[in-house]
Amino acid sequence: MKTFRIGGVHPAENKLSASSPIREAALPKQAVFSMFQHIGAPAVPVVKKGDTVKVGTLLGEAGGFVSAPIYSSVSGKVSKVDVALDASDTRRMAVYVDVEGDEWEEGIDRSTDLVKLADRPDLDAKTIVEKIKQAGIVGMGGATFPTHVKLCPPPGQKAECVIINAVECEPYLTADHRLMLEKADEILVGVQLLMKAVGVEKGYVGIENNKPDAIVLMERKAEKYPNIEIVPLKVKYPQGGEKQLIDAVIGRQVPAPPAIPINVGAVVQNVGTAFAVYEAVMKNKPLISRVITVTGKSVKQPSNLMARLGTPFQQLIDECGGLPEDTGKVIGGGPMMGKALISLDIPMTKGSSGLLIMNDKEARRTAPQPCIRCAKCVSACPMGLEPFLLATASSQHMWDVTEQNNVTSCIECGSCAFTCPSHRPLLDMIRLGKTTVMGIIKARAAANAPKK
Amino acid sequence: MNVILIAVIVLGLVGLISAVVLFVASKKFAVYEDPRIKEVGEVLPQANCGGCGYPGCAGFAAACVKAAESGSLSDLNCAPGGQKVMEQVAGILGLQASAAAPKVAVVRCQGTCDVRPHGVEFDGAHSCRIQNMTGMGETQCLYGCLGEGDCEHACLFGAIKVNPVTRIAEVDESLCTGCGACAKTCPRGIIELRPQGPKGRKVVVLCNNKDKGALATKECKASCIGCGKCVKTCEKFEAITLGVNLAHIDPDKCKMCLKCVDACPRGAIKAFNFPPRPPKKEAPAVAPAASVAPATEVKQEKKEAEA
Repeated sequence: MKTFRIGGVHPAENKLSASSPIREAALPKQAVFSMFQHIGAPAVPVVKKGDTVKVGTLLGEAGGFVSAPIYSSVSGKVSKVDVALDASDTRRMAVYVDVEGDEWEEGIDRSTDLVKLADRPDLDAKTIVEKIKQAGIVGMGGATFPTHVKLCPPPGQKAECVIINAVECEPYLTADHRLMLEKADEILVGVQLLMKAVGVEKGYVGIENNKPDAIVLMERKAEKYPNIEIVPLKVKYPQGGEKQLIDAVIGRQVPAPPAIPINVGAVVQNVGTAFAVYEAVMKNKPLISRVITVTGKSVKQPSNLMARLGTPFQQLIDECGGLPEDTGKVIGGGPMMGKALISLDIPMTKGSSGLLIMNDKEARRTAPQPCIRCAKCVSACPMGLEPFLLATASSQHMWDVTEQNNVTSCIECGSCAFTCPSHRPLLDMIRLGKTTVMGIIKARAAANAPKK
Repeated sequence: MNVILIAVIVLGLVGLISAVVLFVASKKFAVYEDPRIKEVGEVLPQANCGGCGYPGCAGFAAACVKAAESGSLSDLNCAPGGQKVMEQVAGILGLQASAAAPKVAVVRCQGTCDVRPHGVEFDGAHSCRIQNMTGMGETQCLYGCLGEGDCEHACLFGAIKVNPVTRIAEVDESLCTGCGACAKTCPRGIIELRPQGPKGRKVVVLCNNKDKGALATKECKASCIGCGKCVKTCEKFEAITLGVNLAHIDPDKCKMCLKCVDACPRGAIKAFNFPPRPPKKEAPAVAPAASVAPATEVKQEKKEAEA
């Protein structure tokens, strides 16, 4: 069975909510829409206090090309436009909406009938990309990179295939798994739309084989679409990383930065994104809700919820049986790459794929011991780096050494820290090095620019 | 006998030729180094702290000699050596030392555990920079001291230490040389270099919080809320300016009248190294906040005096 070539680890899967069907979450009393729900320029609020909004009303317009608009997912009144805590654990600009009723903007098709690509011959590549851009769709796997940017390859680059990331290699998370089981037809139409948007004839859907039911179902549904191939993959973390997935599915390796996947002819999109694209293009529905897994060993009812964006995390936890008493940590995202939250009032955003509640014992890190030079981190690194070296160099502030050893290639997957028998906080230190070196490179480029 | 003689002659010749080559090379490729660089280097503290902005004391010595050609040492200052060393350097170079005001580091945060509760616990690698990358940190204040001690590691003189009780960095002014290494390393820019002041006296806004007043009040009980009361009391000297929801006192304009210390409703302005003031007589308090602030000030000063 296929998988990527270098490194990787296999953490305990803990897919507790795999058999729980997607439920609609209740509407919140107050929804908070952060203007920073994507990578790139923040959205610019276009509403003010006292405005009445409906589901699908534009709240913030895109602040640049690499940016995305933000729509209201609820109807009601704007109570204020102010800073709010968001999933990055800092306060940033947001729009607060007090919810009243559930009125939708006209033009949004709320029926569940499947619209096939053949039913809409008017759609060409440009229209599809424009609709995706207007709907505010970003990468739903968690990286939240605006989708329309990926669909517009830089001049001179040509895409050869679209790869759909249905790997869900993070332990605990089951949002993509359930989405495939329940919305397989819609996803496949979404894949077709993405293929048409970038003008390619081949699409792949990579699924890890710990989801055999999803593989069987998708393969059966995909029989009708000869251009789409379902690729079962061996279970290995971080297969959901863009570069690892390309290697696993089509066997090509993306060179070190600044090279991007398009340089090897691949456009990678998450399966959740494919579903959002279907809804945006065929149903005229902007990105206002997503599937989020609420899980944890002490959670009464681990579930997959279809929740409106802007719903506070507290409410989602309440719907799954409340916050367990022994809670030690609440993580936004999965256990490997997620970020611990400092408050439960933080609202969910476009990139919230999961909410993981860890008990006090699981939440604590083990005290670090000295490095024993076992090189486990080197064999685990999926990018072929030397994590122990990068971590030491960063902690000693030796930025030149850190840069020479390609710290910018690090995808921050955490395999090194996971595998370290001495429990060293390798990723913390490497992340420090990566951030600093990126800053140095940027400053250097800025200093060199006027001379040219 | 013959063998020994040949060996001696051969070795002698090799030695002679090498000596000639070395002699010629040393004359031809000689690098002239100003002897004053070595002399200046000898009077410098040799701490290699980099506070002057040059790579170590040798770099600073070279810069001094170079600057001497233009006839002024005004842009150069060895912070750890202070005025005394700079006078010696000027003496070697035959110049007058400019009177640079000695500086000292000030940690602009009073957010101790009792006024700024730690809501969450940071479990990662112990470094302020790393904790700062995760967002807010352990408290609700995005601008306050993180207390992991990056400044403590950066200080070569042991002058700044994180108090384990308050979890705020504290400066020992008697050891601080004003080199600025701590200010450079602090990821939140809390540490400011300020002139030492006469008898070490200075008045500083001990807060770095740039949030709006209502939010700043929630975050920390000792925060500057940008109300501007201090600016009004200082209208005469115009020493206080209001930035983004944060007051700043210009040390050059401050006349140390301490009116702003009394005016601040948050106790965010602190006077350093002033003698303890007698407690105010029970005058009819106009605003309750105004009467509270000086009382806490006195307490703080007493604590300092005891320490």
